[in-house]
Amino acid sequence: MQVSVWRGNDTGRFETFPVPRLPNQTVLDVVTHIQRYLDETLAYRFACRVGMCGSCAMSVNGVARWTCRTHVTQVLRDDRLEIAPLSNFPVVKDLVCDMRVFFDKWTQARGYFQPSVPSDDGFAMIPPDSPARRQVDAAIECIGCGVCYASCDVVSWIPDYLGPAAMNRAWTLVNDARDTGDRERLKAVAGDAGCHACHVQLSCSERCPKHLVPTAAISGLKRRTAVAALKGKL
Amino acid sequence: MSPRIQALLWITQRVTAMVLVPCVAIHLVTFIYAVQSGLSAAEILARTQGNPVWAAFYALFVTAVALHALIGLRGILSEWFRWRGWSLEVFAGLAAIALATYGWRAVWAVYT
Repeated sequence: MQVSVWRGNDTGRFETFPVPRLPNQTVLDVVTHIQRYLDETLAYRFACRVGMCGSCAMSVNGVARWTCRTHVTQVLRDDRLEIAPLSNFPVVKDLVCDMRVFFDKWTQARGYFQPSVPSDDGFAMIPPDSPARRQVDAAIECIGCGVCYASCDVVSWIPDYLGPAAMNRAWTLVNDARDTGDRERLKAVAGDAGCHACHVQLSCSERCPKHLVPTAAISGLKRRTAVAALKGKL
Repeated sequence: MSPRIQALLWITQRVTAMVLVPCVAIHLVTFIYAVQSGLSAAEILARTQGNPVWAAFYALFVTAVALHALIGLRGILSEWFRWRGWSLEVFAGLAAIALATYGWRAVWAVYT
């Protein structure tokens, strides 16, 4: 097959390599073959190879995917593949993108746990089947691969938009009974660069390899910020 | 713009959308009925003039349109042209005032 791979950084071009087809071959195998046997200067990122770390996400035929969990048979068209770095990220080199903006936005969305002052009450008792815990369960498995962020049109239109992953994380904390940072968190996620900018196009939910639904989390934040605004707590 | 005002705008847009759904339906059915029945302008005015129910209905309709359009227009301008800040709020506000003024003027004209 013929594999076109992005070379360069934000400016660059596609370079085509002939790669042998093998049984059970993943797109990550293809990239590794190119780097090991055809051009050792190719830069790409991976770690676990089994869909746990989220570091090998790339754009394959224009769609953001985990390359380690994508078989070539799923995506090969006319014996050709096009592999590019994730959209909406600055490119460091070839297939490696700069994830800083993505994780900075998690911080901006206050996507970190803010515990209460320790008390003598002991552990927080949270029933596993409580509605809030179920909301957390539905969103907690994000591993920060950036596929949702790369798939979101709103991110491409509004550069400071927080993006699906950051708000999905904020939603897990808004539903965490132990967390005390809600007031500031809801302020951080409201507005033109936050949950109110989401167009509910569902690309993030369609492409999330973990089958999470960040759109639902963002909609939850819209409702929560609305209630907070009406109560004068925003 | 503060997060609180943005959240209130979001609520306003949803509430006005809920108002607009029946308003648009009633408006469409009414004017299709008027056209199909061959009512003249004079006959239509005879029904609307001095009728507080129609005046109140269209005044509500115009208000909902102006508010809904204000928030939608603001979003589109901000997103397409990366326009932020007070100038955007003033422009969107003036557009809404113009829309409401023309709409209420029309409502008043067919009422009196």
